[in-house]
Amino acid sequence: MANIITDETIEYVGILAKLELSEEEKEQAKKDMGSMLDYIDKLGELDTAGVEPMSHVFPVNNVFREDVVTNGDDRENILKNAPEEKDGMFVVPRTFD
Amino acid sequence: MEKQYETVIGLEVHVELATKTKIFCGCSTAFGGAPNTHTCPVCTGMPGSLPVLNKQVLEYAVAVGLATNCDITKYCKFDRKNYFYPDNPQNYQISQLYLPVCRNGKVEIETEAGKKFIGIHEIHMEEDAGKLVHDEWEDCSLVDFNRSGVPLIEIVSEPDMRSAKEVIAYLEKLRMTIQYLGASDCKMQEGSMRADVNLSVREVGAKEFGTRTEMKNLNSFKAIARAIEGERERQIDLLESGEKVIQETRRWDDNKGESYAMRSKEDAQDYRYFPDPDLVPIVLSDEFLDEIRAKQPEFREEKMVRYKEEFDIPDYDIEIITGTKHMTDIFEAAVALGAQPKKVSNWLMGETLRLLKENDMEPEDIRFSPENLAKLIALTDSKSINGSVAKEVFEEMFKNDVDPEKYVEEKGLKTVNDEGALRRTVEDVIANNPQSVEDYRNGKEKAIGFLVGQTMKAMKGKADPGMVNRILKELL
Amino acid sequence: MSILDMTAVELAAAIKNKEVTVKEATLAVLEQIEKKESAYHCYVTVDKEGALKKAQEVQEKIDAGELTGPLAGVPVAIKDNMCTEGLLTTCSSRILGNFVPTFSSEAVLNLEKAGAVILGKTNMDEFAMGSTTETSAFGETKNPWNPEHVPGGSSGGSAAAVAANECFYALGSDTGGSIRQPASFCGVVGLKPTYGTVSRYGLIAYGSSLDQIGPLCKDVTDCATIMEVIASHDLKDSTSVEREDTDFTSALVDDVKGMKIGIPRDYFGEGLDPEVKAAVLKAAQQLKEKGAIVEEFDLSLVEYAIPTYYTIAAAEASSNLERFDGIKYGYRTEDYNGLHNMYKKSRSEGFGAEVKRRIMLGSFVLSSGYYDAYYLKALRVKALIKKAFDEAFAKYDVILGPVAPTTAPKLGDSLSDPIKMYLGDIYTISVNLAGLPGLSIPCGVDSKGLPIGLQLIGDCFMEKKLIQTAYAYEKARGAFGRKEEN
Repeated sequence: MANIITDETIEYVGILAKLELSEEEKEQAKKDMGSMLDYIDKLGELDTAGVEPMSHVFPVNNVFREDVVTNGDDRENILKNAPEEKDGMFVVPRTFD
Repeated sequence: MEKQYETVIGLEVHVELATKTKIFCGCSTAFGGAPNTHTCPVCTGMPGSLPVLNKQVLEYAVAVGLATNCDITKYCKFDRKNYFYPDNPQNYQISQLYLPVCRNGKVEIETEAGKKFIGIHEIHMEEDAGKLVHDEWEDCSLVDFNRSGVPLIEIVSEPDMRSAKEVIAYLEKLRMTIQYLGASDCKMQEGSMRADVNLSVREVGAKEFGTRTEMKNLNSFKAIARAIEGERERQIDLLESGEKVIQETRRWDDNKGESYAMRSKEDAQDYRYFPDPDLVPIVLSDEFLDEIRAKQPEFREEKMVRYKEEFDIPDYDIEIITGTKHMTDIFEAAVALGAQPKKVSNWLMGETLRLLKENDMEPEDIRFSPENLAKLIALTDSKSINGSVAKEVFEEMFKNDVDPEKYVEEKGLKTVNDEGALRRTVEDVIANNPQSVEDYRNGKEKAIGFLVGQTMKAMKGKADPGMVNRILKELL
Repeated sequence: MSILDMTAVELAAAIKNKEVTVKEATLAVLEQIEKKESAYHCYVTVDKEGALKKAQEVQEKIDAGELTGPLAGVPVAIKDNMCTEGLLTTCSSRILGNFVPTFSSEAVLNLEKAGAVILGKTNMDEFAMGSTTETSAFGETKNPWNPEHVPGGSSGGSAAAVAANECFYALGSDTGGSIRQPASFCGVVGLKPTYGTVSRYGLIAYGSSLDQIGPLCKDVTDCATIMEVIASHDLKDSTSVEREDTDFTSALVDDVKGMKIGIPRDYFGEGLDPEVKAAVLKAAQQLKEKGAIVEEFDLSLVEYAIPTYYTIAAAEASSNLERFDGIKYGYRTEDYNGLHNMYKKSRSEGFGAEVKRRIMLGSFVLSSGYYDAYYLKALRVKALIKKAFDEAFAKYDVILGPVAPTTAPKLGDSLSDPIKMYLGDIYTISVNLAGLPGLSIPCGVDSKGLPIGLQLIGDCFMEKKLIQTAYAYEKARGAFGRKEEN
């Protein structure tokens, strides 16, 4: 395998993705990600110099809405699926910013 | 010899745009709703919801870019900035990194050493986050998404400022420009204008920049000035004691007058920006830019020149009045209603500024309408009320925007123009104050002031002081 | 003919002619579901009560002449990644195990306007990540042709439900082949429309730049008819395209004379099962006999499509799935210590292995220092792939090939080696990268008795050419399908 994924990388990606993997899952993730990256490295065979990255396939541009209020109070619906709510708000563990 | 340090400052200014609706959905941006009552699936990140750009946001952003001499990016896109935080419902913020709407601008500020340009690196559009409320009773926080998705522009300056004064001048300049455009009210206290300060220090003459820190949570010009001073000292102390400045984000506590690092293991600061596939590119035509250009208002510099030509008011008044969009709006509207410019200016420069200061308010907070100010001036012009009554009426107007005509009528404040009645009162005052009368007759000119006062008091203030003076002199 | 053996269009006609009532049709299919679910497990949720109530309402509107469309009264199944107001929508994930949307996706609303009766939500690979429907948190779906085999995926529940007569047609979504491949494995017709043709509003995103909703159904006529109903320009979806050529049924013409069909040699190389190859080439021959001009050509870049796809799809997925954090909806872990621990535990317990694998990969390719090398590189290759198709469509009306290298694998055979599983998407994936329409239609059965699918690929907005070709082929092929015991 050309791409060796370290414990640090798995730890770091776990922080970014907010995933906590068990030791077993980590080992598997190291293997999987390494082989996926090896596979993806195949793209390096292609000369893409001067090729614009294509994020959108069609030249659909300038889709706008007018600045008009169309929504009313939808709080009841917005909170309907909340695991925990209080005073019309979503409850989260105590958070300081 | 002691080392001399130079402070290098760049600013990231967030401005909430004055649109009616949010940037990507039709929810109202109005303040003051009960929590989560201005929300929908889009601005709360419900599965399956999709964003659609509010055209007004783009127009405001381009207008600000043009007014700050930016190059407008004719092909621009939105990117996702990925980070987890409860006030960020999708756990990514839609912003612009790779192709921001405006780049390479500059604005001119006045400094003690003369005029100076501050470069603008870029202006980008993005969405605001929701609000976290800390529950006082339980060990938890609560999330309100009413502000989530409110449109912002972030104006990123070049590191061109060297002192708190320059920073304030730059912020004032931005605020004025954006207010004139009507793109935002730019109230720092209410958070519709917020600044993050990037600051580093270096020895005078050094070519390289020092390591910078970013300071957040600055919500007044005073706090910014204090934070700059505090951070400059902190960094110099570090360098002097042989330590290094660490590149980090710090939070300013204005009460304590110190900053602290906002660091966490879980905070990787790796935002994994990539173009948002849910939004399509924006292609700006020359026609569109011309339209926005044509709609640009008369900015302060042009206004100052015009006021000087058109109105007979002092330069100082012009400077203050044009200093805020709201003041010029009131001034111009009152003048258009027929009030004499000089008188309008006097009310603004005198009583208005006094009351603003007394009430710790900003000119943007002025509530009275130009119509009522014009009416008040008309009442004094026609001598229907005298100066002191006018001040009393004005205070009421300042507080509650009352209609001066109605107020004067209801409270019976009209000047008594019945000369016979006034003459009788003056006769009584003369009879009751022999000492003052004698003083006056003995050449004490000032004594007449006392007699005028007594007469006004007896008339409950509703007399024309000029007329009182004339009758007194005549009878004496 | 029994009700259950009717196509959607046939059933609607029978209802219109008062030969069948909506209730009868609904009851018949609900009974079939009851009989077959223990064997196939096509559904995550069956909404019996809602369906019967809706059947009544729709019948009244048909009787009042308010609903006259060609699908009025026909019961349908919806893939469980499309929001349905008031009806559990899980994406076959534990993290959305209790999620009841408060609005319906645009495609579902369009169906409802046309008088559809929604039966329930079909099983799928978790968040549409997989090719077998085995990554579902609620158990795998089995292939009605042989329950020891997978139905394909990710829209495996939808495809199997159509094949098992557990619905008359279904909606699926296709990010890298997720409609076409299960259609192929289950012997039904499936279409992935041109990107932007069906609104994505209400579709719970996997890879936003690749996802499209489309039909899984019994024949080409149903396919064109359903497409007319679900295609719409939606102002709520910025990527929705305004089209005026959505009269898809006008292409139901049995004529391919002069139709230029290209067969990419690259689709018939190593890895392709000989039986699949033979069936597909036979279909090409049949079209040729009907007057189509059939030629081989080199498409190029085929082997680069999979790594390009997995980079882009994983990156977008890693971001799209960030919103599942245990705060606003869905699963929240029981015990946690502070905010970040709550995030991590909720997500780690809520997502399955394949989803986590792709989130990790996607987060990595976007992370600082790798964005250019991986993500931008993939977007550049995507541009090259698009160009290769542009060049092909300058010469051909339709590209013809297999849907998948093999017929449906056995349950449990695919998940052990992700790359091997990903390789199964080799013929379908580039269609999504280039935003093209692709249609899957059964073209034979292999020696194991499993169906084989033929793929027709068109240029952007050229669904009608696909429908016309498929329709002509369908006529030449004759009746297809196995007799599902009703």
